[in-house]
Amino acid sequence: MQENKFAAAFKQNAIWLVFIVEVAIFAYFNPKFLSLANIVNISRQVSYYGIASIGMTFVILIAGIDLSIGSIIALVNVVCAYLMMNMGWNMWLAILVSILMAILIGVLNGWMVASIGIPAIIATFASQTIFRGCAYLLSGGLPIPGVVLEHPTFGFFARWSLNRWEIFKSMGEVGLIPICAIIMILCFAVGSFILNKSYFGRYFYAIGGNEEASELSGIRVNKMKYLIYALSGFFAGLAGIVLLSRSGSAQSTAAIGFEFEVITCVVLGGVSVAGGIGRMSGVIAGVLIIGSLKSGMIMMNVSEYTQMVVQGLVLAVAVGVDCFSKKRQAS
Amino acid sequence: MAEDYVLELEHIRKEYPGVVALKDVTLQLRRGEILGLIGENGAGKSTLIKCCSGAVIPTSGKIKINGKEFDRMSPQLAAENGIAIIYQEFNNVGELSAAENMFLGRPILKKNGIVIDRKAMEEEAAKAFAQLNIKIDPRALVKNLSVGYQQMVEIAKAIQQNAQVLIMDEPSAPLTTNEVESMFKVVELLKSRGVSIIYISHRLEEIFRLSDRIEVIRDGEYVDTLITDKDPATIPHQVDELIKLMVGREMTQKYPPRKPCVRDDVVLELQHVFGNGDEDISFQVHAGEVLGLGGLVGAGRTEIAQVIFGARPKDSGKIIFMGKEINPHATRAAIDEGIALLPEDRKRHGALLTNSIKNNISMPIYERISKATVIDSKTEHATAEKYREDIQIKCPSIHQLVKNLSGGNQQKVILAKWLAANSKLIIFDEPTRGIDVGAKFEIYKLINDLVEDGVAVLMISSEMEELIGMSDRIIVLAEGKMMGELQKDEFNADTILTYASGIVPENKKEAV
Repeated sequence: MQENKFAAAFKQNAIWLVFIVEVAIFAYFNPKFLSLANIVNISRQVSYYGIASIGMTFVILIAGIDLSIGSIIALVNVVCAYLMMNMGWNMWLAILVSILMAILIGVLNGWMVASIGIPAIIATFASQTIFRGCAYLLSGGLPIPGVVLEHPTFGFFARWSLNRWEIFKSMGEVGLIPICAIIMILCFAVGSFILNKSYFGRYFYAIGGNEEASELSGIRVNKMKYLIYALSGFFAGLAGIVLLSRSGSAQSTAAIGFEFEVITCVVLGGVSVAGGIGRMSGVIAGVLIIGSLKSGMIMMNVSEYTQMVVQGLVLAVAVGVDCFSKKRQAS
Repeated sequence: MAEDYVLELEHIRKEYPGVVALKDVTLQLRRGEILGLIGENGAGKSTLIKCCSGAVIPTSGKIKINGKEFDRMSPQLAAENGIAIIYQEFNNVGELSAAENMFLGRPILKKNGIVIDRKAMEEEAAKAFAQLNIKIDPRALVKNLSVGYQQMVEIAKAIQQNAQVLIMDEPSAPLTTNEVESMFKVVELLKSRGVSIIYISHRLEEIFRLSDRIEVIRDGEYVDTLITDKDPATIPHQVDELIKLMVGREMTQKYPPRKPCVRDDVVLELQHVFGNGDEDISFQVHAGEVLGLGGLVGAGRTEIAQVIFGARPKDSGKIIFMGKEINPHATRAAIDEGIALLPEDRKRHGALLTNSIKNNISMPIYERISKATVIDSKTEHATAEKYREDIQIKCPSIHQLVKNLSGGNQQKVILAKWLAANSKLIIFDEPTRGIDVGAKFEIYKLINDLVEDGVAVLMISSEMEELIGMSDRIIVLAEGKMMGELQKDEFNADTILTYASGIVPENKKEAV
């Protein structure tokens, strides 16, 4: 019994072992990989995936999928920049409005999936196309560029950048704590809280396990679906703001294919695509593995094309392991 | 003198892990006869015919076709030897035409051997339909045909494949009265052409109309074979005899004793409820009472339970619960009123298998035991531990996943969930299906405890003994309608089965 428990704990946390091995390999080939500057850099990069992965975790937990988050990010970028640059809105107001918009897109996804009954993969694929199109329309396909310091409202960003915090600047360039990483950590805390401490988490696991039985246990399954897609929209919107703060330029072509990278992180983190199984800590590991994989490959001068091949393989292996272990359990 | 048997099943036995579905069944089908096969739900009829088709491989026993012996069947062998089965669920592809369905998997090809010869297929199909005296356009899409015609397509397909033996499993169940009549005509036509037919039905009057002999099986065992006497005068007597053979043994004491606890206050009252396939259902359930709902599978019992539980809407009528009219549009609303349902299919609709015992038990009350969405985990634990103790859920810990529990313990977890939700009316749909004998007794004791505490219980059961042994009163449904109500002193398997097959006995006719 005791041994079983140990084996179970090991299995649950095996993903962290993968992360450690991966870091060790990169550090062996390139000592700079573990430098503070690189760690800060990685944390800045992964924050954008990490934040979006929380919503995706919820969606995949109920055996759904959200392919629209890349487009939500692009639209949030364009709308937020447009409101500030072209309309002269206050920064916070623009952020608020664009995140609200992201939530509304999530609600729309929820409506299509829960009330209309469109399969999630098609419904969110439709909104992916629709809102990418909206981003192109609003921006005319052109970037809203390099405005960070010149524009008075964006000037505020420079001091309160989500990318780094002015207060820590005195500590020197490497001492910067990326504020986007802090946001990510907060988001993971909120995500864990929802999943483990609030009743919503219990409902999500129940729905992912068996929708019909959940409804017959008194869970309002459709309402939960609305909530989950709205949350996915919210976290994607927040990730979009983080991206905008880093790039300082809103691109309607931003985050193309982003949803697949996030799905890779989530599935790698042990969330079953069949629904009902997964833990937030696993997803954090998944995000870190993908983030350091990207960074490590860049440092080792692996070409972008090869990176794509590697990422695709990682996704296939991650899902393969999940499905294989299910198959073995079944027989 | 050797009889001319086209199909013989000898001492067929089929074991599943932990269950013996067929103990010892022998069946002999003569050439050109119609053999009625009857037995209660779960007697093993379906398993038996699946042995003929090769869908189920018997543990032991022999199958002989035209005197040739087979240890086992495979679907191919069965087809090659002229055995065809018309299942309750048809095997048609709705999006294809009648002709295409008839030649599914063995199309007629043009001379080049690649392209399907649609015309030839349609001609062949038309011929087959003409043989059966039925008018179906071979080009019509099957999904656009009525259920009766869909069945005809299956029969025509079997005949087109030169079936010598046609096995029909409850063929009349999905049909309207007119469709049943035309199906009978086809069956009789086939018999006159020398096809042998095994006809399975719960409706005894059909068996009498069609069959030459009737075989009864019970609990996976062969009981008897009778020669059908078509003299109308003797039929009531024969019906009695068959029902006795089907129900069999004397009722033994399998049910824990219960103190008289039926109270006067009405917990649930249905007034002329229509909807979800049911028509004009009215009854009352009192506090402390077990009301049994009898009838055949598909009689509309589960459907009325779904309506009461808010899982399906009703069309009209009133549901009065605890003295006030309710109209639950969602299960949540019904649960909040104090109504609970333990569904028939535990694994699909009842338990959340991939969740822990603790989560399952608290699922309906999470919102109540949470403050600002945060679960009070102490209450959550205490609730689960309380019911684990109270109703003795056997498990190493409340964190155990429900899928790792036995059927009886899963049922207890589902019950615990509804006890935690403070239910005042608990509907059990086949409470002990798939549960072994020991656990059954425990479930019965729990039901007794419930009613002794003043909970009202509505129990759907297809097991005659259970229905009679547990109920204070029994209502029997057939085809969505109420056929009759029996008080405790009137309980009698014969009467219940008669009601369930849709017949109102002579002496009761005025009363209903």
